[in-house]
Amino acid sequence: MTVMTLTGNYAVAYAVKLARVQVISAYPITPQTTIVEKLSEMVDTGELKAKMVRVESEHAALATVFGAASAGARAFTATASHGLLYMHEVVWWAAASRIPLVMAVVARAIGPPWNIHVDHQDIFDQRDTGWIISVAQENQEVLDLTLQAFRISEDPRVYLPMMVGLDGFILSHTMAPVDVPDQEEVDDWLPPRRQPYYIAPETGVVMGNIVPDDDYYMLRYSMQKAMEQAKKVIEEVDREYGKRFGRSYGGLVECTLCDDADYYIVITGSWAGEAKEAARKLREEGYRVGVARIRFIRPWPGEMVRELAARAKGLVVFDRAISFGSKGPLFLDVAATAYGLTSMRGVIGGLGGSDVTADDIAGVVRDFVGEVEEKGSVYEPLYWLFPAKYRGKFEAKEVVA
Amino acid sequence: MVVRIQDLPRRRYGMPGNAACPGCPEAMGLRYIKMALGDNVVLVIPAGCSSVIQGIWPKSGINFPILNIVFASAASAAAGMKAAFEMMGRDDVHVVVWAGDGGTADIGFQSMSGAAERNDDIIYIVADNEAYMNTGIQRSGLTPYGAWTTTTPLGKKEHKKNLPFIMIAHDVPYVATASVGYPHDFIEKLRKAAKIRGFRYIHLHAPDPVGWRFDPSLTPKVAQLAVKTGMWPLFEYDRGVFRLSPFSKPYKDPSKRTPIIEYLKLQGRFRHIIDKPEEIKKLEEYVDRLWYWIDALEKAFNPSEKARELLSRHA
Ligand SMILES: Cc1ncc(C[n+]2csc(CCOP(=O)(O)OP(=O)(O)O)c2C)c(N)n1
Ligand code: SF4
Repeated sequence: MTVMTLTGNYAVAYAVKLARVQVISAYPITPQTTIVEKLSEMVDTGELKAKMVRVESEHAALATVFGAASAGARAFTATASHGLLYMHEVVWWAAASRIPLVMAVVARAIGPPWNIHVDHQDIFDQRDTGWIISVAQENQEVLDLTLQAFRISEDPRVYLPMMVGLDGFILSHTMAPVDVPDQEEVDDWLPPRRQPYYIAPETGVVMGNIVPDDDYYMLRYSMQKAMEQAKKVIEEVDREYGKRFGRSYGGLVECTLCDDADYYIVITGSWAGEAKEAARKLREEGYRVGVARIRFIRPWPGEMVRELAARAKGLVVFDRAISFGSKGPLFLDVAATAYGLTSMRGVIGGLGGSDVTADDIAGVVRDFVGEVEEKGSVYEPLYWLFPAKYRGKFEAKEVVA
Repeated sequence: MVVRIQDLPRRRYGMPGNAACPGCPEAMGLRYIKMALGDNVVLVIPAGCSSVIQGIWPKSGINFPILNIVFASAASAAAGMKAAFEMMGRDDVHVVVWAGDGGTADIGFQSMSGAAERNDDIIYIVADNEAYMNTGIQRSGLTPYGAWTTTTPLGKKEHKKNLPFIMIAHDVPYVATASVGYPHDFIEKLRKAAKIRGFRYIHLHAPDPVGWRFDPSLTPKVAQLAVKTGMWPLFEYDRGVFRLSPFSKPYKDPSKRTPIIEYLKLQGRFRHIIDKPEEIKKLEEYVDRLWYWIDALEKAFNPSEKARELLSRHA
């Protein structure tokens, strides 16, 4: 193990190298670009023995690694925002083919207008595709999740591709000390690639041809079953990784200050850091607040969220994305899981990278706790945490069902 | 290298029960691929008639390992497969794209152009039936002038895009045209392509009885007439050398060409222009322009030994 000072993007690149990925293909987009650059350098200098296919688009990038993976190679790509939207068709294709793959998604707002800063709209846009979707909080976790992604995706109980989300700039371009495991340790921990079938002249395998509707239905059913299995696998891998490398994150949900909490902040991504700070402040003021950081958007950690909800006085869900005409996507999942069990507020904040501080988060929670204590029960699915300069000019609480 | 019918494998590559229409040119072309290249082949097929021709899971009507892939990125998927085979020490596997004219000239063009520019080591075959047949006969960039399709009910107003020339301009090692009417020529070209490394492009003309409105028994005949009228010249560009193929050589001389009308009148898709000399003239002019290009290419790519050496240098 070596401690290196790495950006989130370089943490991805080092994990890809340690996983001995054989085929890489990617197309540059801010803030993902330095992943492609670093990997290109690693391949060209021979540091990583892999093929780098420098394609002309993201649609091609994912099709390329999907082709490689279908032939049996460990393959990787990375993208962000518009790149992810551009490859969306292939995102679906790869998942339902049940071919293990890993992709890093450097979360970034979607235009117009152009905006290169973080929000989670791009990631949530992939929510229903059948990919396992994880989101990291900091650079160490980026490396750990990327390595684990190969293990999870290639597990025979799963055989679904996996995305590793990391917040644009806040992680992708910010340096932090990262424990980088030794190659031998990783070789020992990560088994050789497994996949359900592969295409080669001698296998005669045909992938993706027409199936009768009833069998199509059952394939979709099997994907859902695999997602359920993936929950177990993710927990297992997290534990084993912890034993081997000294870091575990609590599996699907990382709960901080949760033991005696009455209220929980439910959040995903790097701003969970601010949420934790807010919780600490609030505890100093006497509020018993914990933070449930959703590490995996898919499979959805329903059991854990339900458990929290059952013992909570209230949940404040922070979304860095919105499903226009409805609510925040994270809130939608929380509400579907925990509706009726406890009070809830769904907060939309930080869109397009607009700044959200620990104080902002603490303020929203304080206000919510006050309301719950006063009214007994609160359901506020859409609460706008406006950027500071717009606050007070618009109605924060919207009346929606 | 001459291909003789009696020497070709007799194995069945298109299986009974596949879903091709009678007289289907794509079913014909698919058979020839394996006859030419043997068993060390995997196919990549984007959306199109050939996604359907394979038939329904759990069976497959074509005797190939196949990766079916989204419409727009067949060349990319093939490039990835090839990279994987190379990483696994299996350089000898032929990764072959089999795509329609839509999947090649239109929606798949970017992906193919990228693979050609990178000189990825794949064989790209376009089965050109001059329209989107899978979705029910809509125009493509390779539909000829005047042809009826469901999106050009009064006939297409633009000429066919000259894709093979565009591919030569990519400076790839091998570009050829072929036709389902001349299987030995196609097989010979496939075998030649198989011996070359890098991006190889074969444009297979594939007259389609359903979309072109002719009797299914006439597929080879219509295909041959396309060549004999000069509408579809057979040629190859092999590492810097441009050659007309033997079946097309006579038609360099316009007086030897069968009148275009003989070709058009067999096809219902040209019914509304068959009596309009000014429309026929547009197609005749197209053929003249086409042959002007061919003449120019023949002259340009008939290089001296030294130039040939230079032109054949591919990464
Ligand atoms: C992205 C996308 N757009 C549209 C379609 C619908 N579609 C399927 S096949 C096809 C046309 C295929 O035409 P061509 O490539 O010429 O092949 P052919 O069917 O003639 O063999 C279309 C438009 C699709 N599958 N995917
Ligand atoms: S429409 Fe044409 S290409 Fe498609 S299956 Fe029928 S004959 Fe073959």
